[in-house]
Formats: sequence, structure tokens, C-alpha cells
Amino acid sequence: MIRLDKVNFGYNTEQVLHDVSFHIKPGESRIIMGGSGSGKSTILRLILGLDCPWSGEVYIDGENICGQKLKHLQEIRKQIGMVFQEGALFDSMTIAENVGYYLFEHTKKKESEIEQEARRMLEFVDLDPGIMDKLPEELSGGMRRRVAIARALLSTRPKIMLFDEPTTGLDPQATKNVMNLIRKLRKEENIAVIIVTHQIADALKLADKFVVIQKGRIVFDGDMDELRGSENPEVIKFLAPFRESISDVVKRNFV
Amino acid sequence: MIRRLFRSFRNFVYEIDQLTRFSFKMVLSCFGRPIYISETMEQMYLIGIGSLFLVVLTGIFAGQAMALQFSNELADFGSKNYLGRIMSLAIIRELGPILAGLMVAARVASGITAEIGSMKSSNQLDALLSFGVDPIRKLAAPRLIALVVMVPVLTIICDVVAIVGGWIIAIFLSHITSTTYLSAVNERLTFGNVFMGVLKPVVFAFIIAFISCYKGFTTKGGTKGVGRSTTESVMIASISILIVNFILTKVVFSFLKGYL
Repeated sequence: MIRLDKVNFGYNTEQVLHDVSFHIKPGESRIIMGGSGSGKSTILRLILGLDCPWSGEVYIDGENICGQKLKHLQEIRKQIGMVFQEGALFDSMTIAENVGYYLFEHTKKKESEIEQEARRMLEFVDLDPGIMDKLPEELSGGMRRRVAIARALLSTRPKIMLFDEPTTGLDPQATKNVMNLIRKLRKEENIAVIIVTHQIADALKLADKFVVIQKGRIVFDGDMDELRGSENPEVIKFLAPFRESISDVVKRNFV
Repeated sequence: MIRRLFRSFRNFVYEIDQLTRFSFKMVLSCFGRPIYISETMEQMYLIGIGSLFLVVLTGIFAGQAMALQFSNELADFGSKNYLGRIMSLAIIRELGPILAGLMVAARVASGITAEIGSMKSSNQLDALLSFGVDPIRKLAAPRLIALVVMVPVLTIICDVVAIVGGWIIAIFLSHITSTTYLSAVNERLTFGNVFMGVLKPVVFAFIIAFISCYKGFTTKGGTKGVGRSTTESVMIASISILIVNFILTKVVFSFLKGYL
């Protein structure tokens, strides 16, 4: 479904990603972990076609998305929903307008119909539809993040959801709510999920497979057992503070 | 030292190249679908009505100050009756377009850059792209169209108000009759003068739109970056207006001398 093949990329003259390759199958979930500035969010931008690699290819459903015309790229993007860091809600629009934005922009549906769909989607992400007329600034960080998920889901009925630091800056309860929502998405909608995060303890509970990226290079790509047993010194160093969390998750899965 | 100068020059050329490409994209995005009519109307309202008070206020006081200066000077030569002619020329050709252009640059360019810049720094522009919306078409094109329509309108209002300001001074302080002043004003409302007076604000509108949108779209560095881009936007737009004003005056003088 998604394949990155020897991708090299950078901003201006500074190279951020070096020979990045991995593959995600339909319905699979993948956590991309790494320190700040390691190139995690850049991978999501490349998958969405917001940037093009210097070299290498990014395939969505077997189609190389680089060099495609904007119109065709938009068709490919319809399969992908993206939740940006801190939500990236349009701050001059109400919550209803934010959630229904794609429908307002690309369909000829009546306003009342779009509001109805936005209401249903807010209920799906466990938010009170009473917030529809509020502005994003009136909501808490966790609520904004869930509105962003609702907006991405209502846009194109995506097969893949990309989450860029979905729980960063949230309190434990809000983090739990967002995590539960991502779990619900996988279970009920069978959507493939890619989560970029440096909050490892929370992320470990969500995914089938893990990618660890350090200084723009993939140093690990595998499942939980392989992650635990990895002898790569960079992986060991990166995961050292989270050993306890990994053991907890493994224990819980085993029980 | 030489290396630093060379680097600055290279950056300048790069910026000009990027600005030119961006400006082309902006103009092209005004054509074709989708057309954002409601956004364009909203921008026309915000730019036109929002700047009206500022333009009227500066126009009337600048017109009065000019009339006062000219009438004193003309009185020495016994030519006070020419006040209307000079006012008409100076305001329609120079003062009106410059004043309106600078006022709109100060008020609107800062707003456009700050709005687009903060959208950029909070990933809202990327969010637009991910929803299949071209941010240039959605945000920049409506502002360009609104500016190209509203800046000439504001300039004409500024011209009228400044001439009225001069009329007040002519009647009450310089003791020139209303008919003398107004007929002298009317005498200089030639095709060439009016053409120059309308051409300039159209060009200034393009300058304000290109620079303010470009600065917004290329904002980097969070809130601090937004502040920096906003300041640069107003500064570059204002200086560009003054430089282009001189060039346009020279060009129009060369080609339309017979009509002036």
C-alpha cells in the first residue's frame, strides 16, 4: 500500500533523510519513533506528496507519487487522511466548518447536510456536537486533536491515516482519549495508521510494527519482539528510558 | 567582506527569482476554477471599507497642507488663481496614488502577511493542500483581485478628498473664489493625467499583493518569524511603491507627453 524506496531528502542543502525504505500493508499500523529533528514528520510529508524526495521513490498503491500532476496527486491524496501537529485547524472557521471543510470545498451538498455529517463525525470521535459553533481557540488541546481527526475522516473516507505527534502536549486523560480513538479507527474502520511520535510509552500500545529513525536513517524496522531483542546499539540507546514500558506492553499482551 | 557582499547579492537575486515565480503563479491562479467569489468579496470589503477612513483622513489633511503651501508661494507671484491647476496636477498624478498606496501597504500588507504567515507556521497551508485545495488560489488570488479593484477606487476617493481639502483652504484662507478654483482643477483633468492617476494605483496594488502574499507564504520561524515577515512586507512594499512611482512617472512622461 505504501512503499518508500531508498528515499533521500532534505531542506535547502541540508540532508534530512538518508536511504529511507519501508513498506506498509493495508490495515497495518506503524509507529515511527525517533528523537526531535530525526526526520519523522518529513516522512509523512513525503507520503502525502507535500514534498518530493531528492532521490528514491514513494509509492502509494503501486503508483509513484512524485512528479504527478497536481490533479492526479489530489486523487491519490483522497486515500490519505492527515492529522497535523497540534491539529492545524483553520482558526478563522467554526468547528462545524472545519470538520465539514472538504465537503464544503469539493461537493455541492447543502450546508444543513454537511452540518449533519459533521455532527455525526464529532459523535464518532466522542465530542459533544454542542461545540459545533465554537472556534478552535475555545477548545482544549485534546479536543482540537479529536476535531482534526474528525475533519480528516470526513474528508475522503481515507484508507490510510497519518498522525504527526498526535499526543504531544496533551494531559494523560486527553492522551488516553486520542489513543482510544486511534484504536477505534483501526478496529471499526480497518484503516492503516502511521503514527509519528517521540512519546514512546503511549505509542507502543498501538502498533503492529515499529520504525526507529536516528539522524535521518532507519536503524530498526520490525515488530515488538524484534524491538525487544534488537542488539543494535542505537536502538538500545534510544529505547533505554522506555525499557519498563516495553516490558509492560509485552506482559499485557501475553496475559 | 567581499564574500559577504557576494552572498548578500546572491540571496537578493534568489529572492527576486522566487518572488517573480510566485507572482506568476498568483496571476495564473486568478484564472480557471474554482473561483473563490465570496472570499474575493470579503477581501474587497476588508481592504476597501477598512482602509476608507484612513485614506480620507490622510487625503483631506495632505490636500489642505499642500494648498496652504502652494497658495502662499503663488501669492508672491500674484498667481493665486493657478492654485487649482497645481493642486489638480500634484494630487491626481502623485499625491493621491502615493498616499493611497502607502496607506494600503501599511494597513493591508501587514494584515495579509501576518494572516498567511501564521497559517503557514501552524501547518494550515499544508492542511489546505492535503484537502486538495491550492493555497495560492484560495488565499492569494482573492487578495490580488480585491487589491487591484480597491486600490484605484481608494485612490480616486483620496484625490477627490484632497482636492476638496484644497478647496476649503482656497475659499477660507486664500480667498480665491470657488469657481476659479474648481475650473482650474477641471482644466487639468486631461486624459494623460487621469490615466497616470489610475495606472499607478493598479501597479501599486500588484506590488502590495505580490510582496505581502510572498512574505506570508515564505514565513519561517514561528511567531517571531511572522513578526519579521510582517515588518519586511510593509517595508519592502512601501519602498517598492516609491521607486516604481518614479519609474512610472518617467515612462508616462516619455510616452504620453502630448496628453499630459
